[in-house]
Amino acid sequence: MTTHTLRSKRRRSALRNAAFMSPWLIGFSFFFAYPMVSTVYFSFTSYDGFGAPAFNGPANWTYVFRDYPMFWPSLWNTLWLVLVVVTCRVVFGLGIGLLITKIKTGTGVFRTLFYLPYLAPPVAATLAFVFLLNPGTGPVNAILGDFGLPTPGWFNDASWSKPALTMLAVWGIGDLMVIFMASLLDVPAEQYEAAELDGASAWQKFRFVTLPNISPIVLFAVVTGVIQAMQYYTQPLVAGKVASGVIGGSGQSFEPGYPDKSTLTLPQLVYNLGFQRFDYGAACVVALVLFALAMAFTALLMRGRNNLISASD
Amino acid sequence: MRTSRLTTTAVAVAAISVLATACTGQSEAGASDDPDAKTTINFWHGWSAPAEVKAVQDNIDRFEKAHPNITVKVSGNINDDKLNQALRAGGSDGPDVVSSFTTANVGKFCSSGAFTDLKPFIEKSKLDLEKTFPKVLLDYTQFEGKRCALPLLTDAYGLYYNKDAFEKAGITAPPKTMSELTEVAEKLTVEKGDTYQQLGFMPNFHGYETVVSHYMPSWDHAYFDENGKSNIAEDPAFAKMFTYQKKLVDSLGGYDRLEKFRGTFGDEWGAKHPFHTGQVAMQLDGEWRLGMAEDAGVDFEVGVAPMPVADDEADSYGKGYLSGTIVGIAPASKKQNAAWELVKFMTTDTEAVVNFSNGIRNVPSTLEALKSPDLKFDPRFQTFLDIAQHPKSSTSDGAVNGATYQLTLQDFGYQYEKGAVKDLQAGLEKTAKQIDTDIAKAK
Repeated sequence: MTTHTLRSKRRRSALRNAAFMSPWLIGFSFFFAYPMVSTVYFSFTSYDGFGAPAFNGPANWTYVFRDYPMFWPSLWNTLWLVLVVVTCRVVFGLGIGLLITKIKTGTGVFRTLFYLPYLAPPVAATLAFVFLLNPGTGPVNAILGDFGLPTPGWFNDASWSKPALTMLAVWGIGDLMVIFMASLLDVPAEQYEAAELDGASAWQKFRFVTLPNISPIVLFAVVTGVIQAMQYYTQPLVAGKVASGVIGGSGQSFEPGYPDKSTLTLPQLVYNLGFQRFDYGAACVVALVLFALAMAFTALLMRGRNNLISASD
Repeated sequence: MRTSRLTTTAVAVAAISVLATACTGQSEAGASDDPDAKTTINFWHGWSAPAEVKAVQDNIDRFEKAHPNITVKVSGNINDDKLNQALRAGGSDGPDVVSSFTTANVGKFCSSGAFTDLKPFIEKSKLDLEKTFPKVLLDYTQFEGKRCALPLLTDAYGLYYNKDAFEKAGITAPPKTMSELTEVAEKLTVEKGDTYQQLGFMPNFHGYETVVSHYMPSWDHAYFDENGKSNIAEDPAFAKMFTYQKKLVDSLGGYDRLEKFRGTFGDEWGAKHPFHTGQVAMQLDGEWRLGMAEDAGVDFEVGVAPMPVADDEADSYGKGYLSGTIVGIAPASKKQNAAWELVKFMTTDTEAVVNFSNGIRNVPSTLEALKSPDLKFDPRFQTFLDIAQHPKSSTSDGAVNGATYQLTLQDFGYQYEKGAVKDLQAGLEKTAKQIDTDIAKAK
């Protein structure tokens, strides 16, 4: 075979491969690469969405990191929610999945009951929680008061608003429960039998049989949970608005992140800066920070995955 | 080879970036459409209540009758966020005529080009704005000399009071000064355990309309100095207002107790508003509350008065905060001349303004309409007509970044009223610095 024929064959092969990959390549270029490059570019410009962008160097970056008073509180809130909400959702999702796979009767009923909240629209669910946890008129505090227990301010108290949001997130745990149930039912029964013959306790069976088998699912739940928590927008925004007394009425101003910026998250800043203040440049900086955080968390988790899975093996 | 690839990549990135800028809504210069040609224009507004939507449609019907060649497609319940996206996107389905309730955003709309400059249209129509609109309304619809909007009805803010509660407490007249407001609010407050059976006045900044910008007209003030720098730390009016408000909060039971009580309030726009239910006996609010209280069927007599003024400004009693709906033309509209016909009709035609005012129950926005015998209103509404015409009534100044400076100041107010900031002057100085930084960033 001549060199020319070989080259021609390789070129044809490369073209064929590219043709097969083209749907992905087109999607990647238009929906990831192009927005990504644009976001980086806009972060170095003064751009209001109406006129042409004008290069302004690192001005947006210094503004966001040094002069924008909402950035650091919202970064802290986002990290808090990532750590606490993801942990709680995975622990409770797995716990409920374990319980439901163990019970003998009424499995269908419980499965439905725990799954239903996941189907509730986020705005409706948040409104219901704000109503239930209203410190003045809500039934939760009325019951707590009847038992002589402390009655927190929930969404009206900066130290309780994030725990209240966590409760809301844990309430809608149906998605994780279903995934964990499927993986738990997939664990080979003979491994449990062998562990029982060896005299393993319930905890030892969970630690040395269940967990190693479901560790890829746990990793999946954590990685997707982290990304979801980074994008947490609707629930904190609605909770903050409603609890601060602003429900409707165009033109009304409200305290972002009420109370005391405690429900302010990075996605809210992207919206506020870009779409309300017409400052695309600064909004792009916050979006890139979110992207970098999501990448860092995912890289850490993927690195930890090998240890987790190898330790399990 | 490697360098060549890098260069190609850099060029591709630059090309993509240029494309990105080309894909956004850009303003069109000038208007060339024939306003007498048969055409359809889109009008986007923010009203949503059925009675309001009907009033808008009635107004549009009157316009279409007067301009049979122009058909208007109306879209309601549009807030500023939706409006901003539509103005950026442009397109044939986008709005031609746009309105907003947020007068504070006019600075942003005008400076960014989100709203078209109306000067050429006004000159072409030979409109004398000074003879048509009250001065405050003309001020809040332009920014640094660029007129990108016109006023479409006005909101005037005053003090609502429960006449039955006043009578029961032996109070014969509404308060006229801020000291009297404190005195009356204390007298009207009826405690019940650690909460209230009736609160005289909800002073907290989260108490619906009791925000910084609505309190401020009671003190003669200026948000910015002649150089456009924040004046809040220099003008003593701001420190006086915050000091007064904090004292009122403390005298009525303290921040925590009031906030807990606020948690029991119904929606501001619903029948369970705390003034309707009798939970609060006085309320700073706009002229619309009169109609809303009527619709809610309150079981007491509602009184209205101008908001009390600072003790040393008693001679200016009668003034108040003004704002209102603004209307303009989308820069991407291909039918700007037809759109101008609608803007001109809705904002300057006395009959249209009067009828619309009667329908929406807002204060009319032209000098002639304010004096029109065709205005159908409850006699108490006269208070708001007077506030609208008071020479010392004021509104918040415009800024290049819209209402951002107000939100920053408001945010300081939340911290101060709850006692998180102890040093008022230092707090105001820090807030002024932040306002200047934000404005410099937006320029």
